[in-house]
Amino acid sequence: MPVKKEKQPMREQDPKERIKNFREVPLGYTKEQAVEEAKRCLQCKDAPCMQGCPVGIEIPAFIESIKEGRFEDAINEIREKNSLPSVTGRVCPYEVQCEGVCTLGKIGEPVAIGRLERFVADLERKKGIRAPKKAKPTGKKVAVVGSGPAGLTCASDLAKKGHEIVVFEALHEPGGVLLYGIPEFRLPKKILHNEIDHIKQLDVQIREDIVIGKTLTVTDLLEKFDAIFIGTGAGLPMWMGIPGENLNGVYSANEFLTRVNLMKAYKFPEYGTPIEIGDRVATIGAGNVAMDCARTALRLGAKKSYIIYRRSREEAPARAEEIEHAEQEGVIFRFLTLPTKYTGDDQGHVRRMECLKMELGEPDESGRRRPIAIEGSEFTLDIDTVIVAIGQRPNPLIPQTTRDLEITKWGTIKTDESGRTSMKGVFAGGDIATGAATVILAMGAGKRAAESIDEYLRKNVT
Amino acid sequence: MYEIVKKKELAPDVKLFEVSAPLVAKKAEPGQFVILRPDEKGERIPLTIADFNRERGTITIIFQEVGKTTKKLGYMEKGNKILNFVGPLGCPSEIKDYGTVVCIGGGIGVAPLYPIAMALKKADNKVISIIGARNKNLLILEKEMQEISDELYITTDDGSMGHHGFVSDILKKLIDEGRKIDRVFAIGPVIMMKVISDITRGHGLKTIVSLNPIMVDGTGMCGGCRVSVGNEIKFACVDGPEFDAHLVDFDSLMRRNKRFLKEEKIAMNE
Ligand SMILES: Cc1cc2nc3c(=O)[nH]c(=O)nc-3n(C[C@H](O)[C@H](O)[C@H](O)COP(=O)(O)OP(=O)(O)OC[C@H]3O[C@@H](n4cnc5c(N)ncnc54)[C@H](O)[C@@H]3O)c2cc1C
Ligand SMILES: Cc1cc2nc3c(=O)[nH]c(=O)nc-3n(C[C@H](O)[C@H](O)[C@H](O)COP(=O)(O)OP(=O)(O)OC[C@H]3O[C@@H](n4cnc5c(N)ncnc54)[C@H](O)[C@@H]3O)c2cc1C
Ligand code: SF4
Ligand code: SF4
Ligand code: FES
Repeated sequence: MPVKKEKQPMREQDPKERIKNFREVPLGYTKEQAVEEAKRCLQCKDAPCMQGCPVGIEIPAFIESIKEGRFEDAINEIREKNSLPSVTGRVCPYEVQCEGVCTLGKIGEPVAIGRLERFVADLERKKGIRAPKKAKPTGKKVAVVGSGPAGLTCASDLAKKGHEIVVFEALHEPGGVLLYGIPEFRLPKKILHNEIDHIKQLDVQIREDIVIGKTLTVTDLLEKFDAIFIGTGAGLPMWMGIPGENLNGVYSANEFLTRVNLMKAYKFPEYGTPIEIGDRVATIGAGNVAMDCARTALRLGAKKSYIIYRRSREEAPARAEEIEHAEQEGVIFRFLTLPTKYTGDDQGHVRRMECLKMELGEPDESGRRRPIAIEGSEFTLDIDTVIVAIGQRPNPLIPQTTRDLEITKWGTIKTDESGRTSMKGVFAGGDIATGAATVILAMGAGKRAAESIDEYLRKNVT
Repeated sequence: MYEIVKKKELAPDVKLFEVSAPLVAKKAEPGQFVILRPDEKGERIPLTIADFNRERGTITIIFQEVGKTTKKLGYMEKGNKILNFVGPLGCPSEIKDYGTVVCIGGGIGVAPLYPIAMALKKADNKVISIIGARNKNLLILEKEMQEISDELYITTDDGSMGHHGFVSDILKKLIDEGRKIDRVFAIGPVIMMKVISDITRGHGLKTIVSLNPIMVDGTGMCGGCRVSVGNEIKFACVDGPEFDAHLVDFDSLMRRNKRFLKEEKIAMNE
C-alpha cells in the first residue's frame, strides 16, 4: 500500500467559537489517528528527522512504538531526551526542525512528528505521570537561574544524574515564556504545571520571587553551589523609537501577554490585574509573539485585530500554523506596511497610526529582502490599542551585576558550544546566550550545558 | 510566604507593615522597592522599602489604601502571610556627602523619603526636611523625620498643622533667603514633584525624584513602567526609580498613571 501523501488532519475548535474563549485550539489526535499517522513513517535507516531535533529524540523508534500501540514505550523513549514533551508537541516549530528534514517531505507532507509527540504526552498525563528515575546522590549542588525551557531542561537532566538542584525564578511562578508569554489557547497552563510537577518529582527545588542580581548575586550563588547555569532568557522588549510610543493604549507584547497570561487579566475583575483593550487593535510584527497578541486581542473582545508587518508574508517569522490560525480567526494582515507615528486624543490615548507602504528590494545581511518605503504612500489607520511585538533583547540584570561575565555586543552572555561562560563554574544557555530563539533550541542548550556541568562536577570531585 | 510581624496604623488609610523577608532585608538599600502580591488572585504592586532590619530579617513598608490591592492589604493582620514579596528592586539612592540637602516628602511620599534622608544624614550631610500632607491627620513619620533632620518644616494644605500651604512654598522661601543648598530630593505626588522640579530648574539646583509608574514584573521585562527621561525611554523598575527631575517628562507620567482608571473603578466596586 503506498503511503498517504497527507498528514492525518488535526481536529480543531471552530474559529467562530474559539475566538470567544481561551481554550486550546487544536484538540489532538485520537488513538486511531495516531496509529494511522505512525504507519506513514518509512523508518529510514539514517533517520534524517533526528538530525533536525535539537534534543535528539529517537524519532523512528517512538513512532514505531505508536504504530504497534505501545504508547507507554513511545513516551518513555521521548522522555529519555525531552523533559517537556507536551510543550514541544504543541509549540515546536517542527516544520523547520524534525519535520523539515523528514524523507516523506520530499514526496508529500512529512510525518506529523510534533502531533504524535503531543498525542503520547497527553495520553501519559491522563494516566498520571510516573516518577522519573534518578541516579544516586553525588553530593554536588547546582543553581539554575531562570525557569524557562532552558533552565527546566538543564535542571531536570542534572537532577537525573544525581546532583542537587535549586532553580531560582524572579517571577512568582516557574515556566518563563511558556508561562507568561505563550497564551492559554496554545499551551494550557495546566499542562505546563503538570510538566513542572514532573520535574519537581526529581527533588528539584524551585524558589520563586528571587531575582538574581538583586536578591542574590551570581557571586553569592558561587559560595553555596558547585556550578551555576544561567537561563534568564530574552525578556527585554524592543521599541521602534517612533513618536507616540508612550501614549496610553500602547503596550509591549510582553506587558500585554504578561497581564493576560501570568496575571490572568482575561478573568478581571475576579483577578486583580486589569487590561484595557479597544475595538481596533494593531499588533506590530509578524513573529509567533505577534500572532499570539493579535489572537489574544480578539479573545478579549477587539472587533478588528490587525497584524502590521513591514515585509511580506514569505518573510514572516511565525510558524506557518500560527499564521493560518490567525487568518482563520479573522486577524487582518497588513503586509508591507511600516508604522511611522502614533497620535492620540486629548487624554493621551492612542487613536491613530500613520503608516508607509513598503516594497521589497535586494536581500540584506539576514538574507531577507530589504523593505523600502514607497514615496508618497503615507496613509493613516484608526486604532485604539497598539501592541509592539518587534522582538526582545537579552535580560540585562545579570550581565549588569556580574562583572566577570563576558558579554557580546548584542548583550548576550558569551558561551562556547557546551555552554561554558568566561567565569569558572558558570554556564549559560537559551535565549540569554543566543538572543530570542525557540523553545526547543533553548532546551537543546540546557541539555548540552547539563552534560558539560556534569563533566565539570565529576572532574572537580576531590 | 512572607509573614507580617508588625502592623501599625499611621493615619486613616495609611498602614505600616513589618514583613519577614530575610533575603530582601540582607540586600536592601535606601531608594529601593519591593513588589508584592497579597494572594493568588491579587495584583503585583510596588511599594518602597521604608526601612529594613538585617538582624531581624524584616522589611518595613508603608502604604496608602487607594484601590483594591492596597485595601486588601490593609485588611491583613499581624501574623498573616503575604503570598509573594520580591526585592530589593531598582537602583539604590546615590548617597554621598553633598553638603546641605533638602529632602521633600508629600503625603505617602514621606515613607520612601525617610530611609534616604536618614542615609544622607549618616553620610554627614546637613539635612533640611520639608514634609507635607493634606491635613494634620494624614501627616506621617513626623517624629522619625524630626530625629534625623537638622531642620524640619511641616506644611498642610488646610493649615491644621505647620505652614498653611504646600511644601514647595517652604522650598521657595529657603531659596529666596539665599540658603546654601547642594541637592534636593523630592518624593510625593507627581504634580508635587513637577512643581518642585520647575522651581529648582531655574536655580540650577540638582534635584532627584523617585517616580511611581504602574508596574507589573519589576525586572525590566514588560516595559509598562517606562518613563521618558531626557527624551529617552527608561524603565523605572531597573533604571530608576530615581531620576534627575529636570530631565523627566512629568506630564506623560501623569497621563500614564491614569491608564487603567476605568478598570480600577470596576475593581473597587467588586
Ligand atoms: C509570546 C511568545 C510566543 C512564542 N512562541 C513560540 C513558539 O510557538 N515556539 C517556539 O519554539 N518558541 C516560541 N517563543 C520563543 C520561546 O518561548 C523562547 O525562545 C524560549 O522560551 C526561551 O527559553 P529560555 O529558557 O532561554 O528563556 P525564558 O523562557 O525567557 O525564561 C527565562 C526565565 O528566567 C527568569 N529570569 C530572568 N531574569 C532573571 C533573574 N535575574 N533572576 C531570576 N530569574 C530570572 C524569567 O522570569 C523567566 O522565567 C515564543 C516567545 C514568546 C515571547
Ligand atoms: C517604585 C514605586 C514605589 C511605590 N511606593 C509606594 C509606597 O511606599 N507607598 C504607597 O502607598 N504607594 C507606593 N507606590 C504606589 C503604589 O504602588 C500604588 O498605590 C498601588 O499599586 C495601588 O494599587 P491599588 O490596587 O490599591 O489601587 P488602584 O485602584 O489599582 O490604583 C490607584 C492608582 O495607583 C497606581 N497604580 C495602580 N496599579 C499600580 C501598579 N501595579 N504599580 C504602580 N502603581 C499602580 C495608579 O496610578 C492608579 O491610578 C509606589 C509605586 C512605585 C512604582
Ligand atoms: S522536540 Fe521538537 S524538534 Fe524534537 S522531535 Fe519533538 S517536535 Fe520535533
Ligand atoms: S525521516 Fe520521516 S519517514 Fe523517515 S524515519 Fe524520520 S519520521 Fe520516519
Ligand atoms: S515593571 Fe515591567 S519593565 Fe518595569
